[in-house]
Amino acid sequence: MRWMLLKDLQILRRSKLLVGLLVVYPVAIALLIGFSLSSGPEKPSLAFLNQIPATQNTINFGDEKIDVKVYTDKLFDAVDRIDVENREQALEKVRTGEALAALIIPSDFVMKLSNGGFNSATVEVVYNGEALQQSFVESTVQSKLALADAALARQINKVASGYIKVITTGGEINALGQTFKLLGLVESKKLLDDTLQDASPQIARRLEPLQNFADIGVANIGRFNDVLNTVERPVEVDETVVSGRRTPLDTFAVALAVTVSLMFVCVLLASGLLALEREENTFSRLARGLVPGGWLLAGKVVLAAACAFVVTLVMLLGISAFVPLDYGRVALWILAIAASGIAFATLGVAIGSLAREVRAASLLALMLALPLAFLALVPSGGVSPVLYDVIQVISALFPFKPALDAINNAINAADASMLVALAHLAALTIAFGGAAYWGLRRFASA
Amino acid sequence: MSVDAATAAPALTVQGISKSFGERRAVRDVSFEIARGELVAIIGPNGAGKTTLLSILAGIQQSDEGSVAQPDGTTARIGWVPQQTAIYGKLTVAQNLRLFAKLEKVSDPEATVERMLDQTGLGERADEELGRLSGGNRQRVNIAVGLLADPPVLLLDEPSGALDPRQRERLWGFITALTQRGTAVIFATHDIAEAERHADRVLVLADGELLFDDAPAELKRIAQADDEHDLEQAFVGFLRDRGH
Ligand SMILES: Nc1ncnc2c1ncn2[C@@H]1O[C@H](COP(=O)(O)OP(=O)(O)OP(=O)(O)O)[C@@H](O)[C@H]1O
Ligand SMILES: [Mg+2]
Repeated sequence: MRWMLLKDLQILRRSKLLVGLLVVYPVAIALLIGFSLSSGPEKPSLAFLNQIPATQNTINFGDEKIDVKVYTDKLFDAVDRIDVENREQALEKVRTGEALAALIIPSDFVMKLSNGGFNSATVEVVYNGEALQQSFVESTVQSKLALADAALARQINKVASGYIKVITTGGEINALGQTFKLLGLVESKKLLDDTLQDASPQIARRLEPLQNFADIGVANIGRFNDVLNTVERPVEVDETVVSGRRTPLDTFAVALAVTVSLMFVCVLLASGLLALEREENTFSRLARGLVPGGWLLAGKVVLAAACAFVVTLVMLLGISAFVPLDYGRVALWILAIAASGIAFATLGVAIGSLAREVRAASLLALMLALPLAFLALVPSGGVSPVLYDVIQVISALFPFKPALDAINNAINAADASMLVALAHLAALTIAFGGAAYWGLRRFASA
Repeated sequence: MSVDAATAAPALTVQGISKSFGERRAVRDVSFEIARGELVAIIGPNGAGKTTLLSILAGIQQSDEGSVAQPDGTTARIGWVPQQTAIYGKLTVAQNLRLFAKLEKVSDPEATVERMLDQTGLGERADEELGRLSGGNRQRVNIAVGLLADPPVLLLDEPSGALDPRQRERLWGFITALTQRGTAVIFATHDIAEAERHADRVLVLADGELLFDDAPAELKRIAQADDEHDLEQAFVGFLRDRGH
């Protein structure tokens, strides 16, 4: 038992690549998660435009006043607020990415709330069109808005149920600078009942509808409050998307699914195919000039990319049965998937050139591919700006991010940024191809 | 020797080959020539540098110093049968042979595959996956792949170790036929008797150094093999006397 343990430790000590990975990997992941948890902007920046005139900072319900700050403070305690002057500025901040979103409170906000008809009071939220970022901001802003709404609704409820109480049981209300004494529904009904007992049958008959009304009113008083409590969202949100188009999250998810599958098939297959040549010792035979190194690599890349191409194209067609996709862009799909597949497979052979066995190659490929996909999906504003920049640089060094960009572009809306992504993929293909060639000469010929 | 070595240019000229792995010097300044049709054995203890030397000759490893030259104008590849089997476990016997026949650009791949199946006696198992064969049978295919191309120089690294006596006889029959047609053959072996029986010349390698390069009879004489001590014992004594 002890000797077996010792033997395993000795083996591990010799397996530098594996142990290095086992150490570096969890540390890297832990640092990453630690960073994103600790240094994430708890306060996403939000451009804020308050168009309410300075004189209208309170919502009036008769003599009761609700300060608008009740609403806005709730919103901004969790948001980094950038005040802007006008709507154009607000849109600009969102477009440039300085603010994740903009919140615009229109000038008629207080008036509409004060006049009742709660549903007609609106605030406007302006988003950027990027799917991931938007879903992130949307959920943040929506939850803050919900909090603010709830606070406002509670205030309104309190005021309104105060009125109802006065109407029901009587009391004093202030309106137009004067104090009125209100009889109250309950008292009114009692008074009416008493009066009608002494009244002539003629008058009693004529006042009968009034008496019925008072009956029903008193009997249903409790329900007024129930109705009020259902008013949970007194303010409506009006959404605007700055970039003009908007990738719905579900078609973005399609692009993501396609890219992830493409990556795994390509990287695993290409690295495994190359490592197999060394596992079987056949590499030494081939290296005698039977197959030049470049051709060997190119063969693996093309095969892996072709397999993955078929798999993902079939997958995409299958998905299109559920999510409507624009078949007019099939040529772009093919282009994006082929370019991405070749880049992924080239990364695969670069990994494969380091490994002596298929299993080691697969492990290496998985351990590299997973966190890369994870990193590329961190939305801007999801972590601190510095960390985000670091993540951007790392993502740019591997094909996942540009592949996702290209495929998302091809599926959802093609514009010039697809060309950028394709050029990026081509550059990475050349770089990893060179690395694989070097690795093959350096590690595989011994 | 079936071809007059003195008149023809050597099939292979090895000049001052050295190779180190870190501190360890696996091959030290080895030089020799081999003529067309010559059959040369390399013997030496484990770790002597036989495999390293052969794989440098085959072009699989780069030497640190020295050169390996074929006669001017020769473009043909040197044939190579590695010590560890180097064939695809998931392909069948025939598929392996066919693949390498095509890669070696053999003129009639199908006929060559048939010939090799016949030579190895594996015709009946041609369609079996290689990984399912016994170790010796795998080695037969490994050797056959190295013999496909009919190269001017053929290197075999311990080819007969895993073979049964009948296969060994077949192998030597085949190799002798090759040398009679002018192929230069170098093989590494631990079987001293085999070296004595088949080789025209013996190279003794120990700790990367070339200690002896002459006919087997001469080795026998120097090592003082006699009726009491067979060649193997004499060889061990020979090495011991030289500090190995
Ligand atoms: N890739 C390598 N890395 C480090 N050292 C190596 C490597 N290949 C060979 N060696 C060393 O070079 C020396 C010669 O090895 P080689 O395989 O050539 O010996 P050999 O004569 O073929 O032995 P055997 O009879 O056991 O096959 C040995 O000491 C070996 O440890
Ligand atoms: Mg050896």
